[in-house]
Amino acid sequence: MSVQTKVVSRNTTRILGSRSLLLPGLVVGVVVLVGGVLWSITLGAADITPDTVYAALFNFDSTSFQHLIIQTVRLPRVLTGVIVGASLAVAGAIMQGLTRNPLADSGILGINSGASFAVVMGVFLLGNPPLSLYAILAFIGAGLASGLVYMLGAMGRGGATPLKLTLAGVILSAFISSFTTAILIGDQETLDKIRFWTAGSLAGRDMALLTQTAPYMLAGLAGAFFISRQITTISLGEDVAKGLGQQTGWVKVLAAVVVVMLAGGAVSLAGPIGFVGLVVPHVVRFMVGVDYRWVVPYSAVLGGILVTVADVGARVIIRPQELPVGVVMAIVGAPFFIWLARWKVKR
Amino acid sequence: MTGLYANELTLAYDDASIIHNLRLAIPMGQVTALVGPNGCGKSTLLRGISRLLKPKHGTVILDGQDIWKLPTKELAKRLGILPQSPVAPEGLTVHELVAQGRYPHQSWLQQWSAEDERVTQEALAITHIEDFADRPVDTLSGGQRQRAWIAMTLAQDSEVILLDEPTTFLDLAYQIDVLDLLYELNRQRKKTIVMVVHDLNHACRYADYLVAVKEGQIAAQGIPSEVVTERLVREVFGVECLIIPDPVTATPLVVPVGRTGKTQPKETVYKADERPDEAEREIA
Repeated sequence: MSVQTKVVSRNTTRILGSRSLLLPGLVVGVVVLVGGVLWSITLGAADITPDTVYAALFNFDSTSFQHLIIQTVRLPRVLTGVIVGASLAVAGAIMQGLTRNPLADSGILGINSGASFAVVMGVFLLGNPPLSLYAILAFIGAGLASGLVYMLGAMGRGGATPLKLTLAGVILSAFISSFTTAILIGDQETLDKIRFWTAGSLAGRDMALLTQTAPYMLAGLAGAFFISRQITTISLGEDVAKGLGQQTGWVKVLAAVVVVMLAGGAVSLAGPIGFVGLVVPHVVRFMVGVDYRWVVPYSAVLGGILVTVADVGARVIIRPQELPVGVVMAIVGAPFFIWLARWKVKR
Repeated sequence: MTGLYANELTLAYDDASIIHNLRLAIPMGQVTALVGPNGCGKSTLLRGISRLLKPKHGTVILDGQDIWKLPTKELAKRLGILPQSPVAPEGLTVHELVAQGRYPHQSWLQQWSAEDERVTQEALAITHIEDFADRPVDTLSGGQRQRAWIAMTLAQDSEVILLDEPTTFLDLAYQIDVLDLLYELNRQRKKTIVMVVHDLNHACRYADYLVAVKEGQIAAQGIPSEVVTERLVREVFGVECLIIPDPVTATPLVVPVGRTGKTQPKETVYKADERPDEAEREIA
């Protein structure tokens, strides 16, 4: 007990203790993100110098093979990584605040597996659905899964407690994933089409897919920022928030819509990448505290950085082969999750 | 018509009725204590009065208006509620917590104002926690933490403050500290305080008005010195007791008889060579 108290009190000191550091800190984060994006673009099978990268981005020459690689392969991939990372991290932050559950993220609450199941089901039933349908299917799957988890978690007296929600999410996630696996085992064709995708991958993403889905996710990010002040209040507990005059029902509905747009969009683009939504908000709260007006933008930037760096790792660790980025995230995320479960979950 | 009233109030979880057809008038400008055994419905009654629980039947009227027909923020400006043992998110500082009390006074257009900061600082000062303003709430002692939550409710600047067991899980010193603070808020700041209290003696000492709840009904209500009798304690709590005047405040002091009280007084049990403090330790 005394050990735990010590750890908790040490962790509550913020890195950015003064409010005047918050905005400059965010600017630094954006600079690091842009740097990471450029670094990622220079890496790949073909050797391309930073000069050429610059030229390809700002002075595109359609006759240059290197320029084509950058514009059609590397740029869509890295931009997909950024928006997927930002979306998963912000979705995790919103869910952790809303449910007061430090273990909440779209993976653990079953939303990612719901979205993946819907996509796999769509590919299985429709053969080769247009890319634009991936996003729609993922949104439907994410929405249904989050609704089911909330219903299961809210059953019985005491309502949707953090523990019951987590259990419901884990159970539903395992349940749905087994169906996803069953389809993939039974149907070679579906498996071949999306095998890499189900592990969470940024490989082979093109600009068309990104421009189909990104608007939903950008809207989700804007929505998250819009409700961030409300999330801070409801994170004190629903009774306290109601007592302060908050219409908590509306806040929960808006937050759920935002989370489904962010997590569903991310899954349709990159498959179920776990742990981003879990890890990033914790690191962010450690830096800036629990005011969600800052937690949300910082989570977006750090989530973008994390997935960009993890994707670089996915490409270089076993060169010239490539790991799915979801696997790299799991290697980083699993130990963090254990540490979190060990020290932070008090109830 | 000013005041806080419950009219034919029926409260239920799912289908299990907890409070049935209850009428209550909360005296404004006073300290009211809701007492009763576990499960009698006193906390549920408080949730009903504070709009945390929608009544199955009946109404709660504040200053002539049904609280369920008031805009939520409008009600929050007039009536604050501190639930039982609230938990602050890890890392939230005392100042940030207290500042949340200004929520009903803010909107999309009008966010943090100089008035909000002034009221927040005042709430920190009244509860004597200015020195901890930048500390995370979860690093404070139980008593300081409860002061921070009360400060948040104060920053809400409502005339009425409802509290569900504000002293539960606190050491005795902190219990008295919190009750003294609430008493001061009533006497000096004219707040109407309604609290669910576990300890009948605390209720007798600090409340102007006492409401005893048994099985979802009001068993008795009134000034503690008139209401709290040996018969009432037996009927509501199922405890035999003596009632003597509190030697400090002259309010009723409930002394339970229990099984130990029916045997002979302790002193006569000691053998001559035994030291009384050792004997006491054995009994404990």
